[in-house]
Amino acid sequence: MRTPNQSAFHKGTATMQIKPILSALRKHRLATLLIALEVALACAVLCNACFLIASRMEAMNIHSGVDEAALAQITLDCDDCNANDVNARVLSGLGKLPSVQSVSVINAVPFGNHAGTAGITLDAAGQHSGGVVDFYVAGPGSFEALGLQVVAGSAPAQGDFQAVENFLPADASVWVTRALAGHLWPDESPLGKEFWMGKYHFRVAGVLAHFARPGGGEGGPSTREWSVFVPALPGKQLTNNYLLRADPAHLQQVLRDARAAIASIVPEAVLDQQASRTIGELRDSYFQADRAMAGILVGVIVALLLVTALGIVGLASFWVAQRRKQIGIRRAIGATRGDILRYFQTENFLIVTFGIALGMLLAYVINAVLMKFYELPHLPLYYLPMGALALWVLGQLAVLGPALRAAAVPPVVATRSV
Amino acid sequence: MFGYYLDLALRSLKRHRVLTGLMVLSLALGIGACITTTTVLRLLSGDPLPQKSDRLFYAQVDPNAKEGYIAGQTEPPATMTYVDAMFLLHAHRAKRQAAVALTSGKIAPQRANERPFYSDGVQTTADFFGLFDAPFEYGSGWTAADDEGGSRVIVIAGFLNQKLFGGANSVGKTIRMNDHDFRIVGVLKPWSPQPRFYALDLGGHDYGGDGDAMFLPLKTAMDLKMGPQDIECYNAVTDVDNLAAAPCMWLGMWVELPDQAAVADYRTFLANYAKQQVAQGRFSRDETALLDLMGWLRDQQVVPDDVRLQAGLAYGFLLICVLNTVGLLLAKCLRRSREIGVRRALGATRGAIFGQFMVEAGIVGLVGGLLGLGFAELGLFGIRHQPAEYASLAHLDLSMFLFTFVVALVASLIAGLLPAWRACAVAPAPQLKAS
Repeated sequence: MRTPNQSAFHKGTATMQIKPILSALRKHRLATLLIALEVALACAVLCNACFLIASRMEAMNIHSGVDEAALAQITLDCDDCNANDVNARVLSGLGKLPSVQSVSVINAVPFGNHAGTAGITLDAAGQHSGGVVDFYVAGPGSFEALGLQVVAGSAPAQGDFQAVENFLPADASVWVTRALAGHLWPDESPLGKEFWMGKYHFRVAGVLAHFARPGGGEGGPSTREWSVFVPALPGKQLTNNYLLRADPAHLQQVLRDARAAIASIVPEAVLDQQASRTIGELRDSYFQADRAMAGILVGVIVALLLVTALGIVGLASFWVAQRRKQIGIRRAIGATRGDILRYFQTENFLIVTFGIALGMLLAYVINAVLMKFYELPHLPLYYLPMGALALWVLGQLAVLGPALRAAAVPPVVATRSV
Repeated sequence: MFGYYLDLALRSLKRHRVLTGLMVLSLALGIGACITTTTVLRLLSGDPLPQKSDRLFYAQVDPNAKEGYIAGQTEPPATMTYVDAMFLLHAHRAKRQAAVALTSGKIAPQRANERPFYSDGVQTTADFFGLFDAPFEYGSGWTAADDEGGSRVIVIAGFLNQKLFGGANSVGKTIRMNDHDFRIVGVLKPWSPQPRFYALDLGGHDYGGDGDAMFLPLKTAMDLKMGPQDIECYNAVTDVDNLAAAPCMWLGMWVELPDQAAVADYRTFLANYAKQQVAQGRFSRDETALLDLMGWLRDQQVVPDDVRLQAGLAYGFLLICVLNTVGLLLAKCLRRSREIGVRRALGATRGAIFGQFMVEAGIVGLVGGLLGLGFAELGLFGIRHQPAEYASLAHLDLSMFLFTFVVALVASLIAGLLPAWRACAVAPAPQLKAS
């Protein structure tokens, strides 16, 4: 059997060992290639899985623009009830409960069910589409209860609340989010601008910092805040959905009381158990699927790294066992334990580096494929060095055990036959 | 000979316990992940009505305005207006036809001290039950005359019958829904096709649940202003309550066409209808579509993107695990060069060596498959606790059970090919000399 280039380890530096390592690896081309391929695949999947997790997390961190901790929703099913009567009884009945700060009527809440999704136009004739937005149709007191922040214009005054005809007031002053204003009128002040939804006519009276639409934006993340706040008076078309505001510390208790009280306040209605929850709970369940997917991705990453590490440990152990005699000889002619340790570490570093180089290419290919099928942007470049670093560390940790065992081989092995 | 290879393989595997364990474990992890995701994928892309899915078609026309229309690219909307659906229904050009929308209603309990509750329902036309082979426990569906007259009749699901009447034959009895009396004409056996193909894009969920609780004639529901779950309007609406005339789409249209000729005829009929509507100025687009059931499921992408992504990840992961096994098997076979040399010198052919190593790989695969089955059960247990509509349906069936071992064997034999080939290429003489 051939021994590595002997002049190398007399010099004793790690850099000088690269040449003999390369020639040793050439002898095990196939095994080296396999490990490198495994590292490459791991690197590619790791980068893309991390990127997917990050994009889910970003979606989950959305700013709803309302005081989530202080708000809850009460939803009733009551098709044939007298709406005005129900509204009056619920507003006064729930308002009397201890710790309730305010009760108001609203058609939807962030993370709840869609209620007013519709396409708008920038002209009365309906020729210039402005995209699909969500209308929050809300009664007096709801603006303050939500805690919406006005960045231009003023908050709705009493006169802005008008009766609803079918679905929306016929001609109304509305509040739009900064995101929607930026989309509709990119370089102009949105105040006083007009838009239409069929025959309904709207004039922008104010701009909100943030206000997420109930569900996800149909046109992707950039449309997530395309919401319009429409002040309206409770009535036949605005009923059955109520916004409760309470001190965050007592919100759970208030919600429990309110749910129980509904049965006596409006015995003819049926409480929607699913929807009557705090905004925090609605937010949690809204993102449940994303959280589960992120969890699965983390699981895949862990399993992936584990399997890759196992492969490196297995193959390195075999190489160590196979080269016991050579190691003994090297030790006998003067190599220190450190030299042997560094030999195996450098060898692993070279293989992993080769794998990473291949993996980065593969990561981009996978990203390109994913982009074709999912709404996903380009993989940011900084994921590549991060993935590389993770695999280098993993490789070094995995090889440490076998390398230490190699370093522990006594020089006397060289004198034994077989 | 096979028995001897088996013996040799077991000996060799036992000698390197840790390494064997690593191989089995990594293969099992990969297989477990694959079987879990494939089970879910198969569950979601399955045929909800295998006996007649190739004869059921979903008809679409497009009443939208010209703006934004690109000929050949813009697909017609998923639902139809009442006017179009009624025309197709009354034309009777198919063997059976039904218009479908979802609704819900408040049902008064039969016993005194219980609260009323809301149930999901379907508003449709008489052919619905025959069209979709919905099985009856008692009674039958309603007639076309009931459709025309808007009769107060209703078909209820088995679970609703259980809840209201304790499972007894309730045909002829009356239930009160939305404060109106309905005469029960039929009770269904448990019927919950997965996905709920007849109501895709009509609102509500696609998977899970016990099925819809009640079925009533479309006209009856409209008379009582029981709105559909989903309405899409393409023009300014003056009176949303008058759905029969409003420029709104809310009905899914299903037809049964027994053979290719009937399908071709119906396509022509649909296209002619659209052209005629364009000529009359009611439509501005003459696009139509007639997809069969499975085509409609694909078109509606009933399999969530996340599930596809998970399956892709799992197969990528299995690939890594197979590579890992190749590496470990290879390392093992290189270590045994001398043993191979001795066997070759004693007369074993290359084929015999190859066979021996393949048997060894196969054993690793089978054990990996068995362990992988455990991981898959664990994975499916996890899926069942996920917040997805289909969660409760995720179970391993017999075919997936067998598929597990096929995957395991194929994966391990592929992994074994390279090491076995390397092993049989070992020249005996140098190995004997070295020792």
